[in-house]
Amino acid sequence: MIKETEKEIKILAIESSCDETAAAVVVNGRDLRSNVISSQIDLHTLYGGVVPEIASRKHIEKINQVIEQALSDADMTLDDMDAIGVTYGPGLIGALLVGVAEAKAISYAKDIPLVGVHHIEGHISANYIENKDLEPPFLCLVVSGGHTHLVKVADYGKYEILGRTRDDAAGEAFDKVARAIGLGYPGGPKIEKVSYEGNSDAIAFPRAKIADGVYDFSFSGLKSAVLNYLNGCRMKGEEINQADVAASFQKSVTDVLVEHAMHAIDEYKMDKFAIAGGVASNGVIRQALEEACKKKGVAFYRPSPILCTDNAAMIGAAAYYDFIAGKRAGLDLNAVANLKLGE
Amino acid sequence: MKLLAIDSSGLVASVAIIEDNNLLGEYTINYKKTHSQTLLPMLDEVAKMIELDKASLDAIAVSAGPGSFTGLRIGSATAKGLGLALNKPLIHVPTVDALAYNLWGTDKLICPLMDARRQQVYTGLYEFAENEFHILLEQCAIGIDEIIEKVNAMGRPVIFLGDGIDVLAEEIKEHCKVPFSFAPAGMNKQRAASVALLGKELYEKGKTVSAAEHAPDYLRLSQAERERKEKERDFRI
Repeated sequence: MIKETEKEIKILAIESSCDETAAAVVVNGRDLRSNVISSQIDLHTLYGGVVPEIASRKHIEKINQVIEQALSDADMTLDDMDAIGVTYGPGLIGALLVGVAEAKAISYAKDIPLVGVHHIEGHISANYIENKDLEPPFLCLVVSGGHTHLVKVADYGKYEILGRTRDDAAGEAFDKVARAIGLGYPGGPKIEKVSYEGNSDAIAFPRAKIADGVYDFSFSGLKSAVLNYLNGCRMKGEEINQADVAASFQKSVTDVLVEHAMHAIDEYKMDKFAIAGGVASNGVIRQALEEACKKKGVAFYRPSPILCTDNAAMIGAAAYYDFIAGKRAGLDLNAVANLKLGE
Repeated sequence: MKLLAIDSSGLVASVAIIEDNNLLGEYTINYKKTHSQTLLPMLDEVAKMIELDKASLDAIAVSAGPGSFTGLRIGSATAKGLGLALNKPLIHVPTVDALAYNLWGTDKLICPLMDARRQQVYTGLYEFAENEFHILLEQCAIGIDEIIEKVNAMGRPVIFLGDGIDVLAEEIKEHCKVPFSFAPAGMNKQRAASVALLGKELYEKGKTVSAAEHAPDYLRLSQAERERKEKERDFRI
């Protein structure tokens, strides 16, 4: 076997797990040559959330253009590629299948090795692109519309999940609360925006603790507390201050994320901490985690917002480390909606 | 002229390669595994068996709907990936038309029936006259009673085929007034060879699309879009 690390490894990555059709070219896992994202967000805004069948239909319409654009932006062709990386889970099954079938067909047609990538592994690996000096081990908090995971990255491709959400993902709670206070979809950016005009101590929303899982999260209780508060106000005829509700809710989520992360840093004696996922682009959450890390003298890493939301660059970064570790997917690779990290 | 054809619109997964007037290979599976797991390994196996040089293909024909939404997308994404990588055009073959083509040359009326759920079938009416394939009713999603009515109105013997028969045989026996029969196994489900043959006709008429342009024809909106439209309509009333 040739020593693959000595050669430039070029990877075409494809991501279609939710409502972004994305493709990217990444060299040696960290050098981003192109990053194309076709977002469907306007379409789903009509429905107040992502509609799986509509997402799948859009993926199939856009996928070839997105891949061709990624190759042309990188000034490369498929013949230059050493591998194809594709997200095969977790996510919306119909959406995932488009990317998986397309990637397999290209891999087969051009005899290019195929690597199946876990979506969360992708989010974590987004940090490698932005922070060239970051290497495992480190602690990573992945927060997005579909996921809330506190992960110890022991080595490339080696993950230990310390905590995860027991119910709603953090981003899901943002969407639901945003809808309840009339801000609409997507909730994350909208809540952050109005929160700057509100008082985050105005309302004391709960910070959920889970008895048998120190690092696990629960956001459905918080969401219910917000809904109860809103109902209470309406019954009493009190005016609802949208900005205060948004700021107080966001504070409650932030506190829990910071507390769990810092606790894990202490217990596992980590000196590096990274955030990832769509919610990681929330300025308030990001700043709170950065300050808490600073206090402890822990290095703080984060991808820029464009690499936080779903994208294929992060899949290319993850695929590279899987590829050099010898991982390959067959032509029978299937999409797995509830794929677990480390499987 | 060499064509690859793919059909994963229904329960069956099928791939075929034709060259001029020869079927070089066909592989059809009707088993519980998902199309995502079977389709490409099947193509790989049949391609190896016939020593297919992928670059020698002229086009890729895909059974483009209607059918199972997910099944159609697996076929379409596979065809689009092959088209992109091999730089070949795609041929968009209507699924129900290809199913009818299984019965090439019959003097009877052809009525494919695919279970479309919600009390509907994906269907159409076809005939071969002087060895030419004619579409009498374009593929559509309608009620089983409606299509049987249309068949009765034609007043001539008919052959039914397709996976819809499994659930609709009793209804047909009860309401069909013209002499009818059911196509046997081997002819009664989607076959990529038929997709390829009909695809060849379309190719010769210049009816190809780029791999980037192609998307399936679902003949139906998604449930969310349908409900939104219904709400809007109710609102207007």
